[in-house]
Amino acid sequence: MMNRKLMCGGGTIAASLFAALPAWAQEAVEAGTPIAAATTEAAAAVPNPGNNAWMMTSTLLVLLMILPGLALFYGGLTRSKNMLSTMTQIGGVTALAMLMWVMFGYGLAFGPEGNQFISWGKFFLAGVTPDSTAATFTDEVISEYIFIAFQMTFSAITVALVLGSVVERMKFSAVMAFTVIWLVIVYYPIAHMVWEARGVFFAMGALDFAGGTVVHINAGVSALVAAMILGKRRGYPLEPMPPHSLTLTMVGTGLLWVGWFGFNAGSALEANGSAALAMINTFVATAAGALFWMLAERLAGHKGSALGWCSGVIAGLVAVTPAAGNSGPFGAIILGAVASVICFFCVSKLKPALGYDDSLDAFGIHGVGGIVGAIGTAIVYAPSLGGPGGDDFVIGAQLVTQIFAVLATIALSVIGTAIAMFVAKALTGLRVAPEIEHDGLDIGEHGERAYN
Amino acid sequence: MKFIIAIIKPFKLDEVREALGAIGVAGMTVSEVKGFGRQKGQTEIYRGAEYSTNMLPKVKIEVAAPDDLAGKIVETIQQVASTEAIGDGKIFVLDLASAVRIRTGESGDTAL
Repeated sequence: MMNRKLMCGGGTIAASLFAALPAWAQEAVEAGTPIAAATTEAAAAVPNPGNNAWMMTSTLLVLLMILPGLALFYGGLTRSKNMLSTMTQIGGVTALAMLMWVMFGYGLAFGPEGNQFISWGKFFLAGVTPDSTAATFTDEVISEYIFIAFQMTFSAITVALVLGSVVERMKFSAVMAFTVIWLVIVYYPIAHMVWEARGVFFAMGALDFAGGTVVHINAGVSALVAAMILGKRRGYPLEPMPPHSLTLTMVGTGLLWVGWFGFNAGSALEANGSAALAMINTFVATAAGALFWMLAERLAGHKGSALGWCSGVIAGLVAVTPAAGNSGPFGAIILGAVASVICFFCVSKLKPALGYDDSLDAFGIHGVGGIVGAIGTAIVYAPSLGGPGGDDFVIGAQLVTQIFAVLATIALSVIGTAIAMFVAKALTGLRVAPEIEHDGLDIGEHGERAYN
Repeated sequence: MKFIIAIIKPFKLDEVREALGAIGVAGMTVSEVKGFGRQKGQTEIYRGAEYSTNMLPKVKIEVAAPDDLAGKIVETIQQVASTEAIGDGKIFVLDLASAVRIRTGESGDTAL
């Protein structure tokens, strides 16, 4: 959402999501942004019920992406003996991330006090009432509780995405310990830096509509680092580990796609034209991603596959996330297609060549697709390509900003994940015993089987 | 009496059954089996990871027949089940020592 300064034309909307807060409003006035001061008065306004309703819907759509969308998508890709553990890990971290968010996550990412890198205040949602509002990107407001819930689901899905690289071998306790540390030292700071008006990337004018950097590059790169620290699954890559149910994976893919409209179009924070643009782009970029993955398979001499279609859908969705409201529909189609083909190459050629075991390709699709999307956004934003950028928009300068934001996010993800994994290792031992890994984590870690 | 075992491609089963019925074969036993020969297995690919399965599904037909019909049966199966590609299967013919119909206790050709 750091794109808004550009999107709304110049610095007129330096509107912090928290312009309603006296402390920040004071700073804004001192900084000489009169519109921000005006927004403070508008904050007394009652939220538009239409916007509130759309944001409540979007929040639930993002939850649908996780449960059961991501749980089925990831679960179907694992072996049947690890189905429950994969879904339970996703359920566990989602619930944990929600509780952490209302206790201190929201305060660390969007609190009233803070600097370029982190904020604080509003811990345990102190002072938030049903009448509290959060600013959108225009002079509208939405209920603060809805904004809190919407952002809460983003933190939950990001950490759940990371699990794709470590399933089938990481202890449940280790997953939970990792989540606590990772959210605090990686997610909350990056969310603050990208989405909060004081954040360093926000101020730079980097374009990221719905979280290409915060969610996808962050989750993908963290997944790669976590998988490398954790080590390969026993038997990988010699022993066959085919997905146990591509049927469930396809069901999950469909739910992810539907839920993604809340993720992308909801990131407009209003039911307006920007949300509409994000919606159409989330359709067409994804469609292009699906077909171009299958096309890449044919060109590589394979059959166009169901898993290829699913993978292409996710690659397209990931790539269009930063560009959702920052691209015309045809720019989005190109972005989805290009990201899909690059992800296909990374997953099917580069990963085997490098030899790491990213079990479900969290890096190959979310990391790589996120990077392609974030950089590509600088290109498709241009008005000459149908994007919403102003006439004075310069692709080259924006590219530099985008690449800087990507590299900085990667650096933070790598360092933070390494710390979180080593702490989790010290606390829990990280990996299940070889016998449990052989018998499956369902029975070994949870005492149940997915199928009887 | 002869005991004929034919391993054929699964999709050829219906045709073979009809053709054998037409020449007077009154019964057969059919099982789904797995195996390999010159055709080897098939390859599955998931996001570029290739897994070869070295056993392929086949159908096994077992028919017991009087000596004079056995040659015709083998010939019919061979012609109907053939696609002229590797993996079409094999036919084995064994001498059959005896046969008994459980319901009546009849034995020999009359039991078939």
